[in-house]
Amino acid sequence: MSTTAELLKQASELFPDEVVTSAHVRHFDLPAGAGRFALITLDNGHDHTKPTTFGPASLANLNAAIDQVEKEAADGEIVGVGITGKPFIFAVGADLKGVEILKEYEHALAIGKGGHEVFKRLSKLAVPTFAYYNGAAMGGGVEVGLHCTYRTVSSAVPAFSLPEVFLGLVPGWGGCTLLPNLIGADKAVSVIIENSLNQNKQLKGKHVYELGIADAIFEGADFLEQSLIWTASVLKGELEIERPVIDRGEGWDQAVAKGRFIADSKVHGAAPAAYRALDIIAAAKNGDLQQGYDAEDKALADLIMGGELRAGIYAFNLVQKRGKRPAGAPDKSLARPVTKVGVVGAGLMASQLALLFLRRLEVPVVLTDIDQERVDKGVGYVHAEIDKLLGKGRINQDKANRLKALVTGVLDKAEGFADADFIIEAVFEEMGVKQKVFAEVEAVAPAHAILATNTSSLSVSEMASKLKHPERVVGFHFFNPVAVLPLLEIVRGEQTDDASLATAFGVAKKLKKTAVLVKDAPAFVVNRILTRFMGEIQNVIDEGTPVEVAEKAVEPLGLPMSPLVLLELVGPAIGLHVSETLNKAFPDRFTVSPNLKAVVEAGKRGFYVYDSGKPELDPEVAALLKQGDTVLTEEQVRERVLDAVAQEIGIMLDEGVVAEAQDIDLCLITGAGWPFHLGGITPYLDREGVSERVNGKRFLAQGVASVPA
Amino acid sequence: MPRTVRDVVFVDGVRTPFGKAGPKGIYHETRADDLVVKAIRELLRRNPGLDPKKIDEVAIAATTQIGDQGLTIGRTAGILAGLPQSVPGYSIDRMCAGALTAVTTVAGSVAFGAYDVAIAGGVEHMGRHPMGEGVDPNPRFVSEKLVDESALFMGMTAENLHDRYPQITKLRADEYAVRSQEKAAKAYANGKIQADLVPVSVRRTSPEAGETGWGLVTADEPMRPGTTLENLQGLKTPFRVHGRVTAGNAAGLNDGATASLIASEEFARENDLPVKMRLVSYSFVGVEPEVMGYGPIPATEKALAQAGLSISDIGLFEINEAFAVQVLAFLDHYGIADDDERVNQYGGAIAFGHPLASSGVRLMTQLARQFEEQPHVRYGLTTMCVGFGMGATVIWENPHFEGDK
Repeated sequence: MSTTAELLKQASELFPDEVVTSAHVRHFDLPAGAGRFALITLDNGHDHTKPTTFGPASLANLNAAIDQVEKEAADGEIVGVGITGKPFIFAVGADLKGVEILKEYEHALAIGKGGHEVFKRLSKLAVPTFAYYNGAAMGGGVEVGLHCTYRTVSSAVPAFSLPEVFLGLVPGWGGCTLLPNLIGADKAVSVIIENSLNQNKQLKGKHVYELGIADAIFEGADFLEQSLIWTASVLKGELEIERPVIDRGEGWDQAVAKGRFIADSKVHGAAPAAYRALDIIAAAKNGDLQQGYDAEDKALADLIMGGELRAGIYAFNLVQKRGKRPAGAPDKSLARPVTKVGVVGAGLMASQLALLFLRRLEVPVVLTDIDQERVDKGVGYVHAEIDKLLGKGRINQDKANRLKALVTGVLDKAEGFADADFIIEAVFEEMGVKQKVFAEVEAVAPAHAILATNTSSLSVSEMASKLKHPERVVGFHFFNPVAVLPLLEIVRGEQTDDASLATAFGVAKKLKKTAVLVKDAPAFVVNRILTRFMGEIQNVIDEGTPVEVAEKAVEPLGLPMSPLVLLELVGPAIGLHVSETLNKAFPDRFTVSPNLKAVVEAGKRGFYVYDSGKPELDPEVAALLKQGDTVLTEEQVRERVLDAVAQEIGIMLDEGVVAEAQDIDLCLITGAGWPFHLGGITPYLDREGVSERVNGKRFLAQGVASVPA
Repeated sequence: MPRTVRDVVFVDGVRTPFGKAGPKGIYHETRADDLVVKAIRELLRRNPGLDPKKIDEVAIAATTQIGDQGLTIGRTAGILAGLPQSVPGYSIDRMCAGALTAVTTVAGSVAFGAYDVAIAGGVEHMGRHPMGEGVDPNPRFVSEKLVDESALFMGMTAENLHDRYPQITKLRADEYAVRSQEKAAKAYANGKIQADLVPVSVRRTSPEAGETGWGLVTADEPMRPGTTLENLQGLKTPFRVHGRVTAGNAAGLNDGATASLIASEEFARENDLPVKMRLVSYSFVGVEPEVMGYGPIPATEKALAQAGLSISDIGLFEINEAFAVQVLAFLDHYGIADDDERVNQYGGAIAFGHPLASSGVRLMTQLARQFEEQPHVRYGLTTMCVGFGMGATVIWENPHFEGDK
């Protein structure tokens, strides 16, 4: 048994649950008398809903297949070797479950080496090798093809990427080294860094060809046939494959620099993966592949044993799995059908909600407000947005006609809501107003209708308390911008019944939102944590720490934006309002910053001016600030802020605001854009020892979002 | 409105390699619609001068029009092949003469002026759709003795034909079958067949049938080159004890698809499309269902009469070899020798296979190639027998005909 085979055998013993991919070898004559060919099919034996992956036993199967074709090639029995996938799937890379269980550096190193040792054999056969990207290809799936002499891609490929950096890894089975050497550093940086950090953007077949990753592109209907005919032409020397010369000079360095700029703007140095990948791409300039592979092995092992990757996988699973099966949601069979939606209010938020319900549910949506002008404006907004979608080609004229016909506005709630199944209010954020609106709605709506509120900070139970049927009131808290942020906090009031809640979750799913069940607690999850976080930043500024020190203090977290820029986005007035609400609820932990109040009273919309292109403290704001004389260092600020956040989350979990820490993280990822490498926040707090320091215990057991003990 | 009947031509034809039906067959895991889609796409690739938007019709035949052969396969195959949405399609069924009927039907529309160019073809995946799948014959057929029960079983009708023509012995049928295999092997060796085949990728997941994974089919699976008389003489006669019809002197159960381009001659010339054959006449005739193999004789009589030709004008014959006895009955009727070199020069369905509704276009594709090679021949015909007692014949003129030089 070869060393590679032994290595893989040992690794596979660590991972008994692997869904094993077979590597079938089949022989046939190529068209046009081009000779005998061996085609390897990667297939895990399941349909396309369970994509083919590479764990150690799978790699061992591929290794054995290569043993076979290597001999045939050496013996002159075949003229070429191809590799392709089962229907709709080429291969989607390493099996992440196999990565999660690793706890020894040596084993992590073996993962990288195992892949390299197998894949690189494809470049060393006595005959040319061909990868036929027939379907989805990601990570190691893309990389196995990069080791081949030639590649074709199907124009029907829906998703092609090297998503490792997105998760917290590097493309470490040859990707970082081979891709820049194939298509140049600039395009490689786009694929490996930019796309990964741009919400894991996927390439389509035609992009794969245009980037030069594939040498030819064929349509899905007869992709494999045409690829094999093309192969025959290449092997017979009828087709000369020319690849553009890549810039190995300054262009290479500029590409890497561009990559660093992108990484800085996305993760602010807080997560290592992108930088490790860029280091390898930079070094790949000399074309020394083995040196690159060794660097990939080391980077993979370091990252696998690091917290950012574990948090990244945890975050990925939260979004992909927990986000789709919300914890604590009642049985979906209890849900009632929603065939008409009412929206109370026709302001901007209400209109955005109307548009979302309309597009996703495709049922009649009726807006109401206090005067015709507002109603017309609301409907007009929805119509204008539909026209924009039409203009961009996102919907066709028929769909636009259908959607426009479905949205109406009326003044009379009785007329609008008499047959509505789901009515959501988005009126002024004041308890009295909302209670009045719900009472009016209840008087005219059918007995089964759900009454939902988009309140961000008021008590859902209190809002429902004066109704005849409070059991059908549900909190339905969206995040701005509604079309962009996936999170929907679904709030169960004290009297909310299971059927209403199930209906709310059913609607959320149709809206394609990530729903999290939340208890009726002040400001729910995201706003409570963000406000505590911001409040602590405000506190240290008020006490005397310079604004820039406070801002820089949290940079190592790699948040999407700095605290004060976030405050500007939310609006200082809204920020102030939420902090006042929470201060009322929890005066010992939530303060109301006098400086923030002053800024709001001065009518300022933010703390910064951008005249120089970079944010600089607005002199008018600076003049308003009244600071004390306690000046903290960045480390001290960071410790205070993180301690506050850890304390607040600990209290929220004790209060049962959500079922588990996982829900907190899911909320922060999908509602506040907090990064994968933090795993939301609790994996980071555990990793940095903050949880232990503040609460005396971790949020997540060792091994969850961290290297197992 | 004045109307002129237009000349109709066979522009081009292609087919998939034919496979053996059943779990070990090459197409066992391949859909029927995919087979015909691949044939259509190859046809378009081979004729890049044809703007797909100009295609007026897609007529696809299948005998069992359910599952992947249902859903108006002419329409679905067009969409799956990537034809513009504006190109319509429909399905045709005349059992074995499906593709032949697709050709004559669109040809009629072309002659009438309704179409300029159309795709006509057929598909039969007898592995996925065994003969008789889902049939529900009216009980009156038997109770009122409208047909004999044997009419429903093609092999029995072939035995019946042997009864009618006692001079057609099992030996003659076997000798004919051996020659068909020999001619087919020779045609392969000379590259006459491969040029009109589209390679088909096939998946196999069950190791019992051979190597698993994706493969590529580039040749007909049913062929048995080297078949000897001795091989055939030992075969069972499954349709009758001490019968004459065997798996060796009949076509098998097969999977495959064909597609052809039929156009007005004017359109073909204007669009620089090849003109491989010119349609002269076509005819369908019903016969006693119990001896359906007799069908080609009256069908040919009628087609010849329409064209004002006699059998001696026909220089090349492509006769579907559903059964050797049916070809021999035809040859006997016209006094043509069993081994006449004008007949099935490349071999026939006994060697290549006969995926029912697809076969008609195979005959035409082979005749077209023979026309090209033999410009001294002016007329040829394609003929087939059809289940439930029918015959179908199309007479073609060779556009390469050089006159009596």
